[in-house]
Amino acid sequence: MNTLIFRTIAPFLTALMLVFSVFVLLRGHNEPGGGFIGGLIAASAFAIYGIAYGVAAVRRALWFHPMAVAGFGLFVSTLSGLLSILAGVPFMTGLWITPHLFGVEIALSSVMSFDIGVYLVVVGAITSIALALEEKESD
Amino acid sequence: MEFPLAILVGTFFSAAIYLMLSKHSVRMLLGIAILGNAVNLLLFTGGRLTREVPPIIGAGMETLPAGAANPLPQALILTAIVISFSFFAFLLVLTYRAYQELGTDNTDEMRLAEPKDEPMPPIGY
Amino acid sequence: MAATPSTPVDLSLAFILTPPPLGNWLVILPPVLMITLGAVLMMMRHATRLHGLVAVPGLAALVVLDALLLWKVAVEGPITMVMGRWLPPFGIAFTVDVFGALLALVSAMAALAAGIAALSDISETGRRYGFFPFLMLLMAGVSGAFLTGDLFNLYVWFEVLLISSFGLLILGSEREQIDGALKYALLNLLGTTFFLIAVGYTYAIFGTLNMADLAVRAREVSGAPLMTLAGLFLLAFAMKAAAFPVNFWLPASYHTPRLTVSALFGGLLTKVGIYALMRVMIMLFPVQHEAWSFVIGVVAFLTMVLASLGMLAQNDLRRLAGYAVILGIGNMLAGIATGTVSGLAGAVLYALHSILAMTALYLAVGRAAALSGQFTLSSLGGLYQRAPGFAFVSLALMLAVAGLPPFSGLWPKIMLVKASIDIGAWWLAAGILVSGFLSTVALGRVFLIAYWRPAPAQAEGKMPAAAAGPDRPGGSAGWLSFGPLVGLTVIITLFGLFPEAPMSLSQTAAIGLMEPAAYIGSVFPAGGRP
Repeated sequence: MNTLIFRTIAPFLTALMLVFSVFVLLRGHNEPGGGFIGGLIAASAFAIYGIAYGVAAVRRALWFHPMAVAGFGLFVSTLSGLLSILAGVPFMTGLWITPHLFGVEIALSSVMSFDIGVYLVVVGAITSIALALEEKESD
Repeated sequence: MEFPLAILVGTFFSAAIYLMLSKHSVRMLLGIAILGNAVNLLLFTGGRLTREVPPIIGAGMETLPAGAANPLPQALILTAIVISFSFFAFLLVLTYRAYQELGTDNTDEMRLAEPKDEPMPPIGY
Repeated sequence: MAATPSTPVDLSLAFILTPPPLGNWLVILPPVLMITLGAVLMMMRHATRLHGLVAVPGLAALVVLDALLLWKVAVEGPITMVMGRWLPPFGIAFTVDVFGALLALVSAMAALAAGIAALSDISETGRRYGFFPFLMLLMAGVSGAFLTGDLFNLYVWFEVLLISSFGLLILGSEREQIDGALKYALLNLLGTTFFLIAVGYTYAIFGTLNMADLAVRAREVSGAPLMTLAGLFLLAFAMKAAAFPVNFWLPASYHTPRLTVSALFGGLLTKVGIYALMRVMIMLFPVQHEAWSFVIGVVAFLTMVLASLGMLAQNDLRRLAGYAVILGIGNMLAGIATGTVSGLAGAVLYALHSILAMTALYLAVGRAAALSGQFTLSSLGGLYQRAPGFAFVSLALMLAVAGLPPFSGLWPKIMLVKASIDIGAWWLAAGILVSGFLSTVALGRVFLIAYWRPAPAQAEGKMPAAAAGPDRPGGSAGWLSFGPLVGLTVIITLFGLFPEAPMSLSQTAAIGLMEPAAYIGSVFPAGGRP
């Protein structure tokens, strides 16, 4: 697996997949896509990087521990559900704000931050499982 | 359209049960994976199958087009897939560790937690 | 995008437009609090010393929240909150009645005790593996399962608690634990898969998964294969609750993790299965329950009698405690089998007693092992000499588990025996009494051998060394592990001496299950159902 071609391509592939995962995450709003599938794409990007350069390199590149990333995602998701207590509507009700930046209307919502949280949970959890499996193979 | 799917679900279930009756933990794991898919297909079939009528309320419409499939079972399947996927990943790691640590994948020989020759408790003193 | 419809839309057809009263947030807060704390603890995974400082106050807050919830529900009747303000049955509803709130409160108390005991029992390595985050997520799953009003949501909470229990079970990754965890994981996953199959069929038949909605429709529908459906639910929940033919995962796995983890599992997990069984069989499918009740009765009888025989045959204290958990399940199933208000109230009361008593029993086993360095009856001894106070607490606990006065085990057993005789099932009553007698013998022998008997000579030399080493088999022997044990025993004793309040609450819970009009009314306030 660890050929020169693969090792040369892997960083580009990882970067491309990460960008694509964010695209899928944000697209998931009204079209097929979303946090879960985006997170899976990102996790497989890290797995590819791990196959090419070893688990230690992925952990260095991630900076945070994957489980901490998952924890942060869970935290973001829960908070976006709890935001609705301030608006006086039941738990998990979608709240929208549409600020205008440079003449473009940008729709931000608690639904979106919830989905970003899901994305992070999936990235963290699946990456940590994938890294654990890859670590086993190397030793 | 439901009939062939019902047969498919039945086939999946029988394959899963056959695999899970095995002594070997890897086969049981494969059985669990197939069982998860069998259940997902079952939920999918439960939501009615139609051709080319997506459950989408188009522009200018207020309700779903007649004869559209029920989208809720598909949402349920999505959740179930996520859950069964993560469980499968966990079980994969666990089975692998068990094979490494215990040196066998035969569940009959995994007697560490329940040793075969455990003595009876003392009757008195 | 917030789509702006071309034609004006009457929002009141799909949405709840009145803001929910602030008190209703209590329904959702227990699981949300636990998930948030679990997430925070996952983020600070390296500051393991702070874990306990966050987790224990969090569990204390959970107890307070659940107590407030119970008080509110007992005064005002069931309360509901629907996610995303969709009208029920379209939104996922959280509905709490006395039954759910009661179990949530008592399990939070047991979890608090286990959390305090964990401060000294769980080592640095265990914390690094994530004991406290898993504990928080486990409690999120348990509270969510008790508070939800939606069948599929119940499945999701089952899975949340299952995956965190996997994490807790293999905390040290010892060989014994991996062996036990593999069996536990495969069989429990199978059980939840059966549950999912049943949920799928339920949706296919009724087109709804909201429990209040189902409770109405299941009484109206005829001709659908509801017996099969109820049978599937029965199998799935019996597997989760460890009822007889499908309970072999419990004695194979519950003795392998740290004792604090065993205490949590023995107290909480099987009771979630019992809760779901009662909720589904009694509230949703009362007619089918009637037909299945003989089968449930036979299962209850076999579970009880075989579990008490299992208790007699065990040399390892931890495995003996595992059979004691199963014995309690048999008693609760007997109450479910009777299907009368008094029988169900007995089952609810037994569940409350069992959550507290089983957690305490495992903690006591852990302390016994910490004091003497072993778990096996054949080499234990002299505990009374070494720690008379602890021996006294243990004796109280054993009497409570065996169902003798003046402790909490007595009252539910009386109610169950009376309820069984009332419906003419003398064999069920005999099963309860005989298994109670056998468990008294088994526990009496434990006290006689492990506590009264002078310490065996051959173990004398190694005992202090084993108790002082870093790899003590049980918990630590300090006050931090003794305190929760004493606390639980005091609660059990008070429960036994003043049973009126829990008894009347269980009675209310049972009536709420048999006649769910108030439950349905809280989900569909106007009385109108789409």
